[in-house]
Amino acid sequence: MFYWEGPPFAPETPVNQPFQPFSLVVETLSVDRGGRRVIEDVGFEVAGGEAILVTGPNGVGKSTLLRALAGLGRPAKGAVRLLADSVADPEEVGRHAHYLGHRDAVKPALTVGENLAFWQDFLGADGGEPVDTALDAVGLADLAALPAAYLSAGQRRRLAIARLIAVRRPLWLLDEPTAALDVASEAGLVGLMAGHLERGGAIVAATHLSIGLAGARALRLVAEEIA
Amino acid sequence: MSPLVALYVRELRLSVRIGGGALMGVLFYLIVVTIFPFAIGPDLNLLSRLGPAILWIGALLATLLGLDRLFEADRDDGALDLMVASGQSLELLVIVKVAAHWTATGLPLVIAAPFLSLLLAMPVDVTLASLATLLVGTPALTLLGAIGAGLTVSLRRGGLLLPILVLPFTVPVLIFGVAAATAVAFDPAAFRTPFLLIVALTLTAAAISPIATAAALRNGLD
Repeated sequence: MFYWEGPPFAPETPVNQPFQPFSLVVETLSVDRGGRRVIEDVGFEVAGGEAILVTGPNGVGKSTLLRALAGLGRPAKGAVRLLADSVADPEEVGRHAHYLGHRDAVKPALTVGENLAFWQDFLGADGGEPVDTALDAVGLADLAALPAAYLSAGQRRRLAIARLIAVRRPLWLLDEPTAALDVASEAGLVGLMAGHLERGGAIVAATHLSIGLAGARALRLVAEEIA
Repeated sequence: MSPLVALYVRELRLSVRIGGGALMGVLFYLIVVTIFPFAIGPDLNLLSRLGPAILWIGALLATLLGLDRLFEADRDDGALDLMVASGQSLELLVIVKVAAHWTATGLPLVIAAPFLSLLLAMPVDVTLASLATLLVGTPALTLLGAIGAGLTVSLRRGGLLLPILVLPFTVPVLIFGVAAATAVAFDPAAFRTPFLLIVALTLTAAAISPIATAAALRNGLD
């Protein structure tokens, strides 16, 4: 009855199967926020297997750029396209992307397991890791039955990160993914990101920490001179 | 599980857990309706004549009570961002959220109404008529409230603005709801017209609200 376009790319892919080749193309993207032009004429291209680290000082528009890539908020100019054989509408990037923002989208009243299971059901479970495996990968398997209200900030973050592998999406948009994470979890996240790249996925991450990710390119946003 | 079913189940779960509004609405309804006899006095005839109006006003206020959190909670924790980015139709998501909200907060009011009508010394036929009008009328209240919730989602303390925005638009529902229930006492045939008008109002709200609410949410996204 309701139309739901299934998971991106091949529907019954096993977890570790590589993604079909694709590329994210950003053309002269400009974004306004609060009546001010925050992003001006940014353009780049990421193909499957590549990562881009967006760096720059606070307030330069890293988060705004990632939100625009995910399709949140209309760009003032330019376009974001996801090009692949099996993508019907290249403008609908959000459908094929994970957006990991500042806020973790974790409901305190639900248990850790229920939180993740909801997002898996909502975003499409095909091809993703089962909930238990995904929780295990971020070290929360023992807490699955605990209400999420009792999680620390770092554990909540890890629960949000578990979403990345519980739902299979070719493009990861990560906004300060290491915020609140300890050193071990940070290494774990980098491991997940490396695995994603190996399978032919792409990552655009905003961070001002140096994430030790081999082969990642840097995109440096510079604050515009105020004339 | 389909995404929309998953959302419906999650909304219901949240509303019955700690911090959810399901029980709060019914308790508030009980208190409001109980207070009226104290203010009006022990005149049973007067009470039973005012009964439908009291039940409706109580239901209206109780419906508004939890509405400000309808989208605000999801916005605050970032879930709304993920839902919008998911590519799923926002209008459908609004319908599902409103349906779940009504199931958790509106339906209990309808079920509680016959018991509260005992406190107001209402005759059986008027009670049944009130029950019927509340059943078809409260969805309209929730649907109209959703538009207000969507408009105020990005405002801090929007909870106070919401009733001011929404209440004027609920007046027609209130008028016909009370009219239908009151009419039964005098002339059972007079029930039909106002009752059908409430049905029409609910259907109209069901058509307009998802589109308006989704537009308001998109607008308040950043």
